Amino acid sequence: MAKVSIERLKKQFGGSVAVSDFSLDIADGELVAFLGPSGCGKTTTLRMIAGFIEPTAGTIRIGDVDVTPLPVHKRNTGMVFQRYALFPHMTVAENVSFGLEMHKVPAAERDARIRTVLDMVRMTQLRDRYPRQLSGGQQQRVAIARALAIQPKVFLLDEPLSNLDAKLRVEVREEIRALQQRLGLTTIFVTHDQEEALAIADRMAIMHDGKVQQVGAPQTLYEQPANLFVADFLGKMNFFRGAPDGAAFVTERGTRIAAQSGAGGARHLGVRPERVRLAAQPGDGNALPGTVESAVYLGSLLEVRVQLDSGETVSSQVANGAPRGQAPIGTGSRVYACFEPADCVLFAE
Amino acid sequence: MATSATTGADADVHAPVRRGRFPWARCLHSTFVGLMYFFMLCPLIFVVWLSFFEDAILYFPPSGYTLQWYVKAWANDAFANGFVFSLQVAVLAAICGVVLGVLAALGIVRYRFAGSRAANTLLLSPLLIPGIVAGIAIYLAYLAAENFLDMDIVGTYGGLVIAHVCLTIPWTVRLVSASMAGLDPSIEEAARNLGASGRVAFLRITLPMLRPAIVAAALFSFVVSFENLELSLSLVGPGRTTLPIAIMQYLEFNLDPTIAAVASVQILLLGIIMLVTDRFVKLSQVV
Repeated sequence: MAKVSIERLKKQFGGSVAVSDFSLDIADGELVAFLGPSGCGKTTTLRMIAGFIEPTAGTIRIGDVDVTPLPVHKRNTGMVFQRYALFPHMTVAENVSFGLEMHKVPAAERDARIRTVLDMVRMTQLRDRYPRQLSGGQQQRVAIARALAIQPKVFLLDEPLSNLDAKLRVEVREEIRALQQRLGLTTIFVTHDQEEALAIADRMAIMHDGKVQQVGAPQTLYEQPANLFVADFLGKMNFFRGAPDGAAFVTERGTRIAAQSGAGGARHLGVRPERVRLAAQPGDGNALPGTVESAVYLGSLLEVRVQLDSGETVSSQVANGAPRGQAPIGTGSRVYACFEPADCVLFAE
Repeated sequence: MATSATTGADADVHAPVRRGRFPWARCLHSTFVGLMYFFMLCPLIFVVWLSFFEDAILYFPPSGYTLQWYVKAWANDAFANGFVFSLQVAVLAAICGVVLGVLAALGIVRYRFAGSRAANTLLLSPLLIPGIVAGIAIYLAYLAAENFLDMDIVGTYGGLVIAHVCLTIPWTVRLVSASMAGLDPSIEEAARNLGASGRVAFLRITLPMLRPAIVAAALFSFVVSFENLELSLSLVGPGRTTLPIAIMQYLEFNLDPTIAAVASVQILLLGIIMLVTDRFVKLSQVV
């Protein structure tokens, strides 16, 4: 495996910029997820790393080699595609063998390697089946084995779970993560599903409009989003528009909210719904009075929307673990939406 | 328990009602399908039947049945030579047409160049032009080429094969480009990602995936060339007569069931080729 460094990568299709000024260093054995809405440039970036798309500017290094001028087949990356892309006229074993033949692995060693990778994804039993005889999850496992058999320098996954159903998605995702950690694979994982990215990435790069918005560990991105887009895209957040006033933040409707970091040019204040508690009495920190507008039951959570007396609304997520028999939060009841100043995040624009 | 019992009862009540609601519709459907088959197969059935009639002049009902027309057809040099010649031309035309057609389809589907749509239309145009017109046009073009190059083209083996290649190309272009457009491009990308150059990826991955379309195209090309009459008429030379032309020439002076015997053999041959091909490649998937 090898580290990957991407420097000022840019791609322009005609007049439209798909990726601009993308720079990122990925450490050896690290799993980085590219996350963003569709059309944000994450797949284009991945395809530039694999060599399917020629960048307009910038360089890509894998290990110490500048691969930017190399064609796809000389880059030695292992890619897994969204729609599996298995060779339909070859059996599972032949699919895996293809890459080994292309890399001129001697026949004797080839067999051992096919067995090893198929064992890794628990597909040894089905080695003589054709792709059409396999389920989606099995096909994607074979695709993973096929990509890993050539011992690539980087493991590239392009929305590998999007075609699987919800339960299988979690299963295969955990398998990918376990494999990646066991083998120490430098991995780039493209997805539009934030839960997926949060669950398995060492670091995430959130992209929007061809630009990287923020790079960091999942927790950092979630707790300290760098800008409004990241805050809004990742999870849910209550936003207030306004301006700072001393140590506090005053919303457009005149609500004073105590916030910790009184950054100068802040225009927005955000607070995560799970950081908002509902109480009958005001306590320490911010306590905004209001009326419960709705309470939506989400299984493990209860999502409560509170109409503040100032006219703004705040939503609060309450863990559904209250002792039985306690009165549920009823629509129309008076509450205080309470949250700590430390839980508020301020954004410029 | 109660729910499932109700559902079961419901199903039992409804099923016969639904089946019995339009008995005449099902009947009509079957009749229609049956008639269609009869309509399509009728000429073939009659040709094969006629070939066994004893009488030299068609007469209903036949006074007896015989195999003598098959013997006569076999002994007729024009038919035997025509058969071999047609076979040679059809095989060659099919091979050349498929190779050129696959390359043309590849160019049209993979590379959008200026005029690629026009090229597609041009390659399909032999299907639209009446054979006799195309035959005369090719004949005139050959004459011009003969003057220019100072060599024989009209009436030669090569000249006829080239003309038939024009006839077979549309089938390959149509079938192969449709099949190629339906391929998932990431499959070939996966091959390149695994270390195959573009050429190797095409030969080892894409081409095998196109196999059903290519086999079907070869079959149709063969049939189209083998049974072609109109185009060949103006292009054959002395001593080089295709089977359809031999049949037509025989018909000018004779009207005995020998023709029916020849036609029956032809039907049998093409039928066998179709069935054998279908064993390896399901034609219904492509066509």
